[in-house]
Amino acid sequence: MKTNNEVGIAGYGAYVPLYRIRDEEIARVWGRERSRVPIIEKSVPGMDEDSLTMAVEAGLNALRRAEIEANRIGVVFVGSESPPYAVKPSATVIAEALGIGPKIVAVDMEFACRAGTTAMQSVIGMVSSGMIEAGMAIGTDTAQGRPSDELEYTAAAGAAAFILIRKSKKTLAFFEGSYSYVTDTPDFWRREGERFPHHAFRFTGKPAYFRHIYEASKGLMEELGLKPSDFDHVVFHQPNVKFPLEMAKMLGFDKEQIELGLLSGEIGNTYAAASLIGFANVLDHAKPGERILVASFGSGAGSDAFSVVVQDAIEERRELAPKVRDYVMRKINVDYSIYSRFRENIKMR
Amino acid sequence: MEKVYVVGGGATKIDEHWDLSLRDLMVQASERAINDAGIEKRDIEAIYVGNMSSGPLQGQEHLGSLISTWLGIPGVSAYKVEAACASGGVALHSAFTSVASGLYDCVLVVGVEKMSDAITSDLTSALIMADDQEYVAFTGASFVGLNALVYRAYMERYHVKQEDIALFAVHDHKYGVNNPYAQFRKEIKLETILSSPLVADPIRLFECAPVGDGAAALILCNEKKVRTLKHGSLIELAGSAVATDALSINYREDILTLKATRVAFERALKMAGIERKDVDLIEVHDAFTILGVIHLEDLGYARKGEGWRLVKEGEIEIDGKIPTNTMGGLKARGHPVGATGIYQVLEVLMQLRGEAGKNQVNEAEIGLAQNVGGLGGTVTVNLLRKVR
Amino acid sequence: MSVKVRSVPRVWREIKIKYRLIGGKCPNCGKSFYPYRDNCPYCGFKGAKEVELPREGKVITYTVIRAPPADFTQYAPYPIALVELKDGTRVIAQLTDVNIEDIRTGMSVEAVFRKYREQGEDGIIEYGIKFRPLLKS
Repeated sequence: MKTNNEVGIAGYGAYVPLYRIRDEEIARVWGRERSRVPIIEKSVPGMDEDSLTMAVEAGLNALRRAEIEANRIGVVFVGSESPPYAVKPSATVIAEALGIGPKIVAVDMEFACRAGTTAMQSVIGMVSSGMIEAGMAIGTDTAQGRPSDELEYTAAAGAAAFILIRKSKKTLAFFEGSYSYVTDTPDFWRREGERFPHHAFRFTGKPAYFRHIYEASKGLMEELGLKPSDFDHVVFHQPNVKFPLEMAKMLGFDKEQIELGLLSGEIGNTYAAASLIGFANVLDHAKPGERILVASFGSGAGSDAFSVVVQDAIEERRELAPKVRDYVMRKINVDYSIYSRFRENIKMR
Repeated sequence: MEKVYVVGGGATKIDEHWDLSLRDLMVQASERAINDAGIEKRDIEAIYVGNMSSGPLQGQEHLGSLISTWLGIPGVSAYKVEAACASGGVALHSAFTSVASGLYDCVLVVGVEKMSDAITSDLTSALIMADDQEYVAFTGASFVGLNALVYRAYMERYHVKQEDIALFAVHDHKYGVNNPYAQFRKEIKLETILSSPLVADPIRLFECAPVGDGAAALILCNEKKVRTLKHGSLIELAGSAVATDALSINYREDILTLKATRVAFERALKMAGIERKDVDLIEVHDAFTILGVIHLEDLGYARKGEGWRLVKEGEIEIDGKIPTNTMGGLKARGHPVGATGIYQVLEVLMQLRGEAGKNQVNEAEIGLAQNVGGLGGTVTVNLLRKVR
Repeated sequence: MSVKVRSVPRVWREIKIKYRLIGGKCPNCGKSFYPYRDNCPYCGFKGAKEVELPREGKVITYTVIRAPPADFTQYAPYPIALVELKDGTRVIAQLTDVNIEDIRTGMSVEAVFRKYREQGEDGIIEYGIKFRPLLKS
């Protein structure tokens, strides 16, 4: 999908909480072999954090890089599957905390791990159409990992925010096009009232993750007349390390292209923020002129793919806020008991 | 202004009185004071009730009407006066003004607090109401925590060790032994204090005034009424003042000084027509050991940062330069918050009447009680002078 | 009876001031203070201006709350500090993202938006500003 008016990124920001738990530690508690864990460690939100507070910091970082007054932001779309309220939007609190509004369009969106990129798709449309001058798209999650389940080893926390405006000399990068691919594929779900989601084990692979990212990425490249070698970087949704590496191979990308955008080994799967944090890390390092492919995946299922080209303005402005690596390097490891306390997995009543 | 005399005093012992309610305590203390004064209940024209948390902890307000009903003297003027932990001293100030103005001949002031019914976290929530609910209580700060901020800053600025500040509690317990109303009547060792659990770093449990229930009452009269009583001794409430400072310490230029102490003290001295050196004993509001030390400084008995020396060098003993907390202070006598201000004055009264037993300060003629609300948001000083 | 001060309108009234650390600056005496109100607490001048206070400061003094008030019981122990912001305004706030043993008087801190408490498991969430050690020193 192309837009009538080209849209660019004015600012971006990410946030990863301070705490980590090592997968080895989780394996110790549940009696799994230490070698059979999918990642090294994952991020753990503190007791005073939730998907909303993380989004505020990511949004603040985006505003710093954008050098745009908060009151010029006309839309706030927040993608998450772990909002603090089941009913009451995070977008309103985030907007107030950032000084945005009240003349804004705001809503919370849900589509598993692609909610953040779908938010971005929507903001692209609103900016391109001229409905608003600047819009913020956020992906944020404090993912719920069922104790002893496979996903407990990777369900992590993080947020990323992007401020979009019409492409200009001031934008840090711009969108060449995007492509979305969605089908009813029940690979992962959570019923109302349930605390933890269920997943369909191996069914989450080929029919879900791989199929949708493949179709969206292929579709995007075909539409834009591009091939894998035209890209300098590729970022996929990263529920672990194995899947995105395999995805890269399937599509014809090599290891160098995927390196910068792959952080799940160190911070886990940050769900709606995952591909966006990977994307932010690429932007923290990319050179003007480089082309980036970003493809998310959300269970249920769907994928959003974007082709982005980096511009000159990025070299100076990316220094205006903390980088993804600043958050990744800042860590305190906790053991399973503290982790359980933080995640409220210990029954107090 | 007319002269005001304290002609009677009475109190309950301070304890966890599982069997006594808020109203039981008020009535008991009031009746003891009435008996001590040798007056009839119907002589009382007004009642001032000092109390901080009857609402949150007991679900009871309207204490004025409650006590006049429970004492059986409906019709009198009666109302609650509140200034956090200075409620007692401030209620006394209200009572003082009503007699000094010539409006009443004889009034009752009673301070009361019932704290032991509440569980710790609820009590903590009630006590932080002495500070800013919206911007301080909101952060999860406890009242002990706010005092801990001051404690740490004091130690760091003046390079003073905690063990020297904690001595204040040792002093209090020594004199609590001989106070029949005291919650704790045993001495305590410094090591015990320093190894007690942390409540809010660096403050340890045994540096904090205890939680207890109690009520203390006084009868105030003017000259006209006094002449009808046949009393040997006569004690005048010669100075009474209330001053405020910023509610929270973040507004204060110097967080280690309670400005309101100086202001109230100076006003009281002026009203009584005396100087600091004329004061024979002082009762200070040591809700925490650090406060005891700071009050000595703010009252001018030591330079800033040196208050702890007076304690260490024995100058606050009953035979020292400035006898302080001669009946156990808040730490040993106890601190049922709204009642404390009255207990303090009752203790000064006992000293001036020569009824302090083993704790007697020789030839005590002038004594004062300094009662603090919050972290110095209110300070009241009530000064007694022996007439005969 | 349980002592909890819960109210939805109260939280809503305070949003701007608590979410964005809005203080006041007095055009008469020049002092800044938190929170904003139009009467200067120092000189009494009526006409203080709203200001977004600086988000960096240092710890003047601190403590650790180990006997918390109701509504905070599940979070204890937690640190509280008197923080002096870069413009001299002082605020009382919780510290976060820091091990208790690493807190030092004088340490540089920055403002972050965090959850302070919940009005029970089924009530609304109260957010505000806490301070953490600088992310990048």
